[in-house]
Amino acid sequence: MTAVEHDTGRAIRPFHVDVPDEVLAEMRRRIAGTVWPERETVPDASQGVPLATMQELAHHWATGYDWRACEARLNALPQFVTEIDGLDIHFVHVRSPHDGALPLVVNHGWPGSVIEQLKIVEPLTDPTAHGGSASDAFHVVIPSMPGYGFSGKPTSPGWGPERMARAWAALMERLGYTRYVAQGGDWGAFVVDQMGLQEPAGLLGIHTNMPATVPADVDRVLLAGGPPPPGLPAEEHRACEQLLRTYRQVEYARYMAARPQTLYGIADSPVGLAAWLLDHNDADGQPAAAVASALHRTTSASGQLTRDEVLDNITLYWLTNTGVSASRLYWEYRGGFFDAKGVAVPVAVSVFPGEQYQAPRSWAEQAYPRLVHYGQVERGGHFAAWEEPQLLSQEIRAGFRSLREPRVPEPRG
Amino acid sequence: MSAPTDPTSRTTGTTATAVPGPRTEADPTALRPFEVHVPEEDLADLRRRLAATRWPSRELVADRSQGVQLAAVQELCRYWATDHDWRACEARLNALPQFLTEIDGVDVHFLHVRSRHPDALPLVMTHGWPGSVVELLDSVGPLTDPTAHGGRAEDAFHLVLPSLPGYGFSAEPAELGWDSGRVARAWAELMDRLGYTRYVAQGGDVGAAVTDLMGRQAPEGLLGIHVNLLVTVLGGPPPGDTEQERAALEQLATFQQSGFGYFLEMATRPQTIGYALLDSPAALAAWMCDHDTDSYHKIARAFVDGQPAGNLTRDHVLDNITLYWLTGTGASAARSYWEDGGARAAAAASGQPPPPVAVPVGFTTFPGEIWRTPRSWAEQSYPTLSYFHEVDRGGHFAAWEEPELFAAEVRAAFRPLR
Repeated sequence: MTAVEHDTGRAIRPFHVDVPDEVLAEMRRRIAGTVWPERETVPDASQGVPLATMQELAHHWATGYDWRACEARLNALPQFVTEIDGLDIHFVHVRSPHDGALPLVVNHGWPGSVIEQLKIVEPLTDPTAHGGSASDAFHVVIPSMPGYGFSGKPTSPGWGPERMARAWAALMERLGYTRYVAQGGDWGAFVVDQMGLQEPAGLLGIHTNMPATVPADVDRVLLAGGPPPPGLPAEEHRACEQLLRTYRQVEYARYMAARPQTLYGIADSPVGLAAWLLDHNDADGQPAAAVASALHRTTSASGQLTRDEVLDNITLYWLTNTGVSASRLYWEYRGGFFDAKGVAVPVAVSVFPGEQYQAPRSWAEQAYPRLVHYGQVERGGHFAAWEEPQLLSQEIRAGFRSLREPRVPEPRG
Repeated sequence: MSAPTDPTSRTTGTTATAVPGPRTEADPTALRPFEVHVPEEDLADLRRRLAATRWPSRELVADRSQGVQLAAVQELCRYWATDHDWRACEARLNALPQFLTEIDGVDVHFLHVRSRHPDALPLVMTHGWPGSVVELLDSVGPLTDPTAHGGRAEDAFHLVLPSLPGYGFSAEPAELGWDSGRVARAWAELMDRLGYTRYVAQGGDVGAAVTDLMGRQAPEGLLGIHVNLLVTVLGGPPPGDTEQERAALEQLATFQQSGFGYFLEMATRPQTIGYALLDSPAALAAWMCDHDTDSYHKIARAFVDGQPAGNLTRDHVLDNITLYWLTGTGASAARSYWEDGGARAAAAASGQPPPPVAVPVGFTTFPGEIWRTPRSWAEQSYPTLSYFHEVDRGGHFAAWEEPELFAAEVRAAFRPLR
């Protein structure tokens, strides 16, 4: 998409990231001037992100890390801003060289950004160069959620996943896509579930790597603290145990749902922001084991998550001062988390072993009656696109393959 | 009290820690005189940081429902950087006898103000979070010198005001296990060390938890306790049979639904939030002002409208926040919630009810408190309840907001125990 529309309300304006040097210098000054707390009193991460982890990261952030490399990666992709529903929405838009490519809108989550998705752009748009076939190609649209990254910050309440879902449908329509699919994890999974519920014209189906499948009666039990209902099949019982663990590790989410504005420190302190963003859990730890191990990885030949990628994302939050505005999404949302929402469109599900819970096929089939794909992936976790871009890309291809068939019925609504 | 005096052990408060100065005495359990002297450069650094604060966008609502409002924090920080005088607070602290003594491996800071009345009753009074001894300074006069504050000589107390471990000028525990029960044992040791064989204890907030546990531990010499927060209700829902009980239950539910975030965060991830609290004065101030609804509105009004509630003035609020900043205790104070969370979980897992309080208990309900404790709840929690009164002013920070009224309650509660 290179054309620039001139109708101001619907104009699609090219966008380029260019952070002033002085802003980067100021960030480094603040990091170097950090006042640190004393060390935690435990030998593990049970009181939060350990001091040694933060000090090592901060040292690299202030002295070795190069934001300009991230900026160059972003600017190598076509980026745009367009106003939707009163707010400027930033998005990456990469068209495939293959004519028959399927348009796909990909949704990031918290504490993520479009940076999470950068490594899936090539495999999805140019599959023949990445072990796929031309018939698997996608035109990829990756918007920044309102309040995140280079999108505008809402100035009034109401920008929850429902409204974002409508905005993404408007975006796809504005880009001229009349038949498309949607993908997401974390908050992105909530948004694609909402798109599935709203069934905008043109939406052929969704793919989620954080499926919401928990039956209502089980969800009530788990939210009350368990234990799992008796007599469940082993897979469902295990999922219950995993969710109970997750619900003990989401105080950060409860806090942002209640008091996002009180987090002044994540606007004023780079280290305060970094610690807050790092303390998201996955199945193997809090902070997420995948991210904690990435902090020790300075280079990666195989696409594994590295320390600099983690810092790219944190730095994006810092430079855009979106720590608090991003947190408000938790405040906006009052719905359930992993409960089945009643999505009737075709749904593809990928289950990553490091995700909050492994959605059993039995639950996925109940939650998504038109389940077109159920894949259990061997590696990767909550940040699937970031951790295992090739595997997620393969899952997205496989998940949507059946929806490309010419005999797929038009979506309802 | 004849504390050993040693001018060389005078201690300087520093930004990093409250570690005491050089010890010249072999015995760390000796009482070492303490004074606060913050280096000028620490105050200059604080003002520099305040001036350089980077703010988030304004909240999207017209009330407190997304957290501390931008206008309130900005006005607080403006006043902090330009008008607040820490030296005045320092002088108030240093006008009172302060000491350090090592108890159970941690240096404990305390104020010790003896009454001039020889029959005064010794009283150990414990502050809470987000408080410090600063909360209690204005009750020192009424309690130790009642005749100068509308009371009688026989109402006098010898007053001991310790800083909780990890708070203020007490040291930060470097090991696990400093829950409120351990603090309660430390206070009994402190009173013993001061030579008090018959004494009483008082507290609100975390101080109420410590004081409650002192009552249950029943150290020799403890004659009775007075609390102004009913901490026992956090262990399970109390009855909702009467109109008053139902109203209090509703307040408790509101607190647990929307006012509990700081509590859960500190009880689970104190280190994570600690980074922001140590590095950003604005973050620390906002975090500390986001306690209960009543005190938030009072503090916000003090700054935004210039209308303080009682003694909860801009300067007093900032004295306390500045104390946290200068001692760098945002994380260590938060960690006390983590410790108490673990202790509560262990107690619940044991299935054993805590031992009852056997000494007389006094309770005062202040109307702005998070939940307005009815007499029936206090009676159920404390079968030895000997005093209950609901007063007409004051809130969660009762001693701070209404020091005279608070002192009158403490006198009344302990009068029969003399």
